[in-house]
Amino acid sequence: MIKFTLNGKTEETNAPATTRLLDLLRDDFELIGTKEGCGEGECGACSVFVNNLLQNSCLIPIGSIAGAEIQTIEGILETKKFKILDESYSDAGGVQCGYCIPGMIMASAALLSKNPHPSKAEIREGISGNLCRCTGYNMIVDAINQAAKKGDGIW
Amino acid sequence: MSLKDISTSVPKKDHSGKVSGQLPYISDVKVENMVYGVLVRSQVAYGKIISIQLPNLPEGYEAVGAEDIPGPNFVKIIKEDQPIFANEWVNYIGEPILMLVGKDLNILYSLLKEVKVIIEEHQAIYTLDEAIKQKSAAGVIMASYEFGESLETVSAIEQGAHQIIEEEYDTGYQEHVYLEPQGMLAIYKDDEIEVQGSMQCLYYIKNALLSALACGDDEVRVVQSPTGGGFGGKEEFPSMMACHVAVAARAVKKSVMLVFDRSEDMVVTTKRHPAKLNYRTALDKVGNILSLSVEIFLDGGANVGLSSVVLQRALINSAGVYKIPHFHAKGYVLKTNTVPNGAFRGFGAPQSFAGIESHLGHLSKLANIEPLEYKRKYLVKQGDPTITKGIFRDPILVEDMIEDLLKTSEYKKKKQEFQRFNQQNLRYKKGIGTSLFLHGCGFTGSGERDHIKATVKLVKSKDGIVMLKISNSDMGQGILTTLCKIVAKELDLPYEDVLYPYPDTKVVPDSGPTVASRTTMIVGKLLERAAKKLKAQWQSGVDQEVVEHYVHREMIPWDEKTFTGDAYPAYSWGVNFVELEVDTLTGNVKLEKVYGNYEVGKVIDDRIMKGQIDGGLAQGLAYGYLEKMTSKQGKIQQKSISDYGPPTSLDVVPIESKVFDNPYADGPYGAKGAGELTLIGGAPAVQAAIEDALHTTFQQIPITPEVIIESLWMKEGEEG
Repeated sequence: MIKFTLNGKTEETNAPATTRLLDLLRDDFELIGTKEGCGEGECGACSVFVNNLLQNSCLIPIGSIAGAEIQTIEGILETKKFKILDESYSDAGGVQCGYCIPGMIMASAALLSKNPHPSKAEIREGISGNLCRCTGYNMIVDAINQAAKKGDGIW
Repeated sequence: MSLKDISTSVPKKDHSGKVSGQLPYISDVKVENMVYGVLVRSQVAYGKIISIQLPNLPEGYEAVGAEDIPGPNFVKIIKEDQPIFANEWVNYIGEPILMLVGKDLNILYSLLKEVKVIIEEHQAIYTLDEAIKQKSAAGVIMASYEFGESLETVSAIEQGAHQIIEEEYDTGYQEHVYLEPQGMLAIYKDDEIEVQGSMQCLYYIKNALLSALACGDDEVRVVQSPTGGGFGGKEEFPSMMACHVAVAARAVKKSVMLVFDRSEDMVVTTKRHPAKLNYRTALDKVGNILSLSVEIFLDGGANVGLSSVVLQRALINSAGVYKIPHFHAKGYVLKTNTVPNGAFRGFGAPQSFAGIESHLGHLSKLANIEPLEYKRKYLVKQGDPTITKGIFRDPILVEDMIEDLLKTSEYKKKKQEFQRFNQQNLRYKKGIGTSLFLHGCGFTGSGERDHIKATVKLVKSKDGIVMLKISNSDMGQGILTTLCKIVAKELDLPYEDVLYPYPDTKVVPDSGPTVASRTTMIVGKLLERAAKKLKAQWQSGVDQEVVEHYVHREMIPWDEKTFTGDAYPAYSWGVNFVELEVDTLTGNVKLEKVYGNYEVGKVIDDRIMKGQIDGGLAQGLAYGYLEKMTSKQGKIQQKSISDYGPPTSLDVVPIESKVFDNPYADGPYGAKGAGELTLIGGAPAVQAAIEDALHTTFQQIPITPEVIIESLWMKEGEEG
């Protein structure tokens, strides 16, 4: 049995240790905000926090999460940080098909937590592991830039 | 929120569901009694199936194949050449042969490995070049058209010409890489199969199902799920998947889910057609064009699918935005034993524009005239004939758009700066490239009138909420928002009081597919008219419904046989400037600045339009230098996203864009199409900029680092 913390709650699972964290989250815990775009760690649609670090959940076997703190998009929906990102993405027009967006929000939050006042180049670097095919990224970069300003002090 | 100016941006209808990740896409859906499907696919490019040996299937696991199809075994698209499950012959690697269904995907994948399909291999055609050589063999030409001035006239002009320039130009595959892989679910009920999934064209799917299941109209139902990007990749391909899951659901009496992983999606789904374009141009002494003949070959892959229509658009755009004195064109779709190619944003136009912009750029060098200046000499004007003997009826603002960009980008100054930079730098070279382009809005020719016959419906409830009943898909382009805005504004209703639920064929009429830059212009106009009608009849406190049907704008009738007439009711226009730097040591290209001026009639939402510009340009630019897909012995070589290389946030640079107002009488609030246009100018502008930087010419896209290094070696060799 593997025990871990998921969005603040202690959980456990009997799933095989080789199960991908992505599948555990989606199938067993019905957390659909973590999306599968490639299954190979290339697109970032399945980004989650593992012990506060941004990770591709498709690359993580659950055997390695014993005792870890996992946070998905669902775990941050009620936070002020999410609210600011939500508004900024709306104002900047950063959302089109939406499939990359929960992962992009996680990457945005991770970036701003590490670097609350990123330059545009640092924003590009920060989301370079998250693919978006709709927007050409510029409006997402703007969204993160806005979020940094609006949320000054909270990151 | 009341809408003052239609272009002013509003919050998108689907924003909250998407930003929170709680809007369910098809792979997020689970229904009772649901099983998964996996497809047994051909590993052979061309051959005859000798035997299929299945492993012992555990209880609850079943195989579904051609014999389970109640109707004829083909996916109804245009021609009847694409089997749902291969019958006797396989025509490409990846062609579905049968489906295994069962509860556990892992078990299904291991069963899949144990299926033994013996195929007698036959000589396949693997490449477009091979197909061109074997063009006269039976069945290789899947479609062809020829039009323009007679070859006799052209050849007489060539006789008197100063010189004839011939160029051969190649374009590669392009993969959609919608972030959400293809997925389809058939929900089994005793009296109905309901198909849900990621899709652009509900009624294409419904018609394919009616044929495959040989059933009554009320026995199938198609519901769009939130769709994670389409770009044309979810135009015709989902029809096949829908047939697979629906046939399987019927056979096993359970709901069946089919979701591709990324590598399956990359290997078996449709792509942009690789193309070869041949140009033959007669010039006078000073380099003026006397005549131009174009020949286009599209690699159709193993089935014709929509390729004939893609070829039509490629041909109609084969002279670009130019008025050429004597023009002749012909084109072919050729069959190869490779994955069928299909719809992709631009639909044949990106190949043609890359080719013609490249060719005119090269001719300008012969004439010793600055490329943009040379191109402007031939720019079409309002009232000019099109190459298919139609007319450019509406005002054309391209000249203004060019002038504006010349100023905004400080073009002349930049050119001089780059020249100095290049003289001082051995390793890094900078260049500027431009492209001029258009996109015909709506279906080609009389397609809207004869084939689509769109109908829209508005339903008003007692409490004054108005719902859009149309069959169009929001796949990220924002029509849930833009179309609601049009209706809300027309009815003077708050935007929040107009709703557009995900369409379901049970309750929406056929307003046509979500393709061809038609949704805003054609469906939007119908909705505008419906809203006007509803406004005139508006009664408080009662349920009301209004319906509107497509009305054709009278033009020069389109004749597909002679390839003459007005190909499109209207055109949208664009100009791109690209500044970049080439590292001559590595061949890497770094974009520095990208500009775009566009004219799409009237913008329905500024922010959404900007999203189309940025996203379309990112795809179009990458088509020119970054994204490379190849097929070897019939096998797609790039099975993962990073093998293929779509742009990341580090590849794209800020894009400075402007949209010019030029309202179109038959579009809602004057709007025309915008979605495809934005992709088209990227690749030709990138090519021109690389050529400008390196003082060389290319006859192909993508211009990858390998291509650049090879060309530098060649140049070095020539210069000794």
